[in-house]
Amino acid sequence: MSEHIVPVRIYVAVFLGLIVLTALTTGVAFIDLGAMNTVVALAIAVTKMFLVILFFMHVKYSPGLTRLVILAGFFWLAILVALTLSDELTRNWIAPPASWSVLLLSVWGLG
Amino acid sequence: MAAHPVHPPGFAHQFEDMEQQREAGSLGMWVFLVTEIMFFGGMFASYTVYRALHLPAFETGSRLLNVRLGALNTAVLIASSLTMALAIHAAQVGKRKSTIIFYLLLTMLLGATFLGVKFTFEWHQDWMEGLIPGLNWAYSGPYALQVQMFFCFYFFMTGLHALHMVVGIGILTVLVVMSARGRFNDQYYAPLEITGLYWHFVDIVWIYLFPLLYLIGGRYALGGH
Repeated sequence: MSEHIVPVRIYVAVFLGLIVLTALTTGVAFIDLGAMNTVVALAIAVTKMFLVILFFMHVKYSPGLTRLVILAGFFWLAILVALTLSDELTRNWIAPPASWSVLLLSVWGLG
Repeated sequence: MAAHPVHPPGFAHQFEDMEQQREAGSLGMWVFLVTEIMFFGGMFASYTVYRALHLPAFETGSRLLNVRLGALNTAVLIASSLTMALAIHAAQVGKRKSTIIFYLLLTMLLGATFLGVKFTFEWHQDWMEGLIPGLNWAYSGPYALQVQMFFCFYFFMTGLHALHMVVGIGILTVLVVMSARGRFNDQYYAPLEITGLYWHFVDIVWIYLFPLLYLIGGRYALGGH
């Protein structure tokens, strides 16, 4: 059979890598990096996810079809997050026309 | 063309060979996991929106969580992923069933440890501190309302994750019984492989929950918890 058997030493190396990254991300949270704190935390999380997916979940040795399905999943997740945020984060970019305030006030009690 | 082969144990006859069967099984599991990505993704997306809207409150809420226990549990879960991978490896290389069962039990033990820390130390502590929205909310510091929103996210996200862990431990129990009955060998171990995918997926969810809930509020201002 041609299934790929990942050697134990690779599993152990991935495990140690994940532990080191967990210690690193926890440590960095105690240092004030401003907005970079979030970036670093998420970058480390993404790195950890890749380690788990590629080695523990054997995707490094999986056929292209499986990878395509996984990629499609994350692509749809990206659509979900991007389109949701594109609404929420841009609502204040353009103020509603002044003439609407009468409407808002009369219909929803807003002003 | 070769003569019709004698089916090895666990081989379903609609497949060409064991390799195709394995690949089909993994692919099917990944399709399920993609639905899980979208399932958890809805919560991650709402979390992102409310975090953007109420950033100071979410940072305040984050600092009320116990980061040491969160980090410890992350390590426990990573270790359980290792033992899960080793259980599959043991089957792949044809180790005795006692070896497979050993690693499966170790995985269950580590999973139970994670849940134990979560329930008895973290959630119980939150209860004692009055941090459960709707049940005994007693926090009256800055941004009280929005911090309550953070804790709603915290309990729904970690709760749903914990529920997945409970389901995973249940499936592992079935695998232990199947292993004891000698159902797996170096050619057929699909239930182990597929449960492994599920278990590692739940690990990945936590890999994101840990920084999002415990870390990115920043710990420097308070110097720890």
